[in-house]
Amino acid sequence: MDDLTSAFLELIRLTSTDLSPDVEQSLIQARDREAAGSAAKSALDAVLQNVTLAREQSTPICQDTGTPIFYVQYPLGWSTKKLREQIRSAVAAATSLAYLRPNAVDAISGVNSGNNLGDEAFPTIHFDEIEGEELIVDLMLKGGGCENVGAQYSLPDRRLDAGRDMEGIRKVVLDAVCKAQGKGCAPGVLGVAVGGDRGSSYYGSKEALFRKLDEPNPDPDLDSFEERLTEEANRLGIGPMGFGGATTVLGTKIRGMHRLPASFFVSVSYMCWAHRRRRMTVRGSDIQYS
Amino acid sequence: MYNLTIPISDEQIRELKIGDSVFLSGVIITGRDTVHKWMIETFVKETRQPEGDDLEVYEAIKPLLDGGAIYHCGPVVAGLDSGDYRFVAAGPTTSTREEPYQGDVMRHFNMKAVIGKGGMGSQTLAACHEVPGVYLHAIGGAASLIAQSVQRVIDVHKLDFGVPEAMWVIEVKDFPVVVTMDSHNSSIHAEVETKSMVELERLLAS
Ligand code: SF4
Repeated sequence: MDDLTSAFLELIRLTSTDLSPDVEQSLIQARDREAAGSAAKSALDAVLQNVTLAREQSTPICQDTGTPIFYVQYPLGWSTKKLREQIRSAVAAATSLAYLRPNAVDAISGVNSGNNLGDEAFPTIHFDEIEGEELIVDLMLKGGGCENVGAQYSLPDRRLDAGRDMEGIRKVVLDAVCKAQGKGCAPGVLGVAVGGDRGSSYYGSKEALFRKLDEPNPDPDLDSFEERLTEEANRLGIGPMGFGGATTVLGTKIRGMHRLPASFFVSVSYMCWAHRRRRMTVRGSDIQYS
Repeated sequence: MYNLTIPISDEQIRELKIGDSVFLSGVIITGRDTVHKWMIETFVKETRQPEGDDLEVYEAIKPLLDGGAIYHCGPVVAGLDSGDYRFVAAGPTTSTREEPYQGDVMRHFNMKAVIGKGGMGSQTLAACHEVPGVYLHAIGGAASLIAQSVQRVIDVHKLDFGVPEAMWVIEVKDFPVVVTMDSHNSSIHAEVETKSMVELERLLAS
């Protein structure tokens, strides 16, 4: 097994400084939908200029480079211990090169580790053994402002009159968007998990965010449900930065999970416009980024 | 679209309405929690005696804030060793934490603009009406773009508060912001919240 530390470093650099084309495209479309001369349009203009500038200068798109979340799919025979070590040293290197801001703060002592290395969950690394020869690594940088406006609901929800069905899910998701207002740096992307326990449900809602914005849900019913939620969330009129406007969310990604008969959780992870996620695929000595 | 240069006059402020896009130029000062608390305690409420370089710093910032602006920002600064400072990332931070202080600080210094993100509450809105002043919303996350509009770092005060909490005196050119609270008692934040809640009720009932 080769040392992939420098390949991981490039994955981090790319994720932090070069926004994925699907997200940028979606922001361009959102900008074009806003009324000429509106605050919403000028906000999205600034966002898009910032995206271009960050790419050109290889500087972070946003100063909050968030929690690095890695999903590693590895073929039989790879050492997850070594992969973890390499990822962690790449994270520390990326921090000293200013692709990442030092973000790992010990919650008890208040001390910032200075290199983005904290406990086992910082950076977060998930491993999954898969068939075939390829190593596939997905990275997402999840910022704090938008993470703070995420929400989890336990259905039935009396206040919203939301039951354990699609209608109930719809109600709580719209409630979460309304509560977030512009505070998660709207327009955002909604990652929604239905089911699971409290922990797995939140993970599921983040995993849902890896699906490309232009990639439909494989389940046609869920796909039209996603469209409906996006459209209705946009009717709230919160708009970019909460300035009011046509686009409050760029898209909705839903994932169904299994639940206990007694529980029905709906978890909403709000991802800001700076939706930073990238993939690296390693096949022998060939390394591709997308 | 407005181009505003600091110092800003009362007439210019009154002309601004919520939703207006502004390119701001001139000398502004960064300040967050520690700075606001220090200003209020030492000079506005005078509950603590000035000490160290307090008075000196006060004299230095007073003329800059008169007709000027404070920016809620904890920048990433390069050149800390050499003193040849440069802003690398300079996006806005959440403003509501300064709500208890902001109005009094505006009145005390005749400050015309508060720059941040997320908006502020009714006390600040009342001060915007009196002084008069405005709240200018910077674009959350646009760190590189905003850093680029910072032409130079002129000075820094109270560096002992820490890099993000210090008062950085910077010259900006065409800093892109949007008026979200004006001197006519209007707030986009209050309006958008009310409207979206009405719409949510409608959607939930359907
Ligand atoms: S919510 Fe996103 S864009 Fe906004 S400050 Fe945080 S990471 Fe940056």
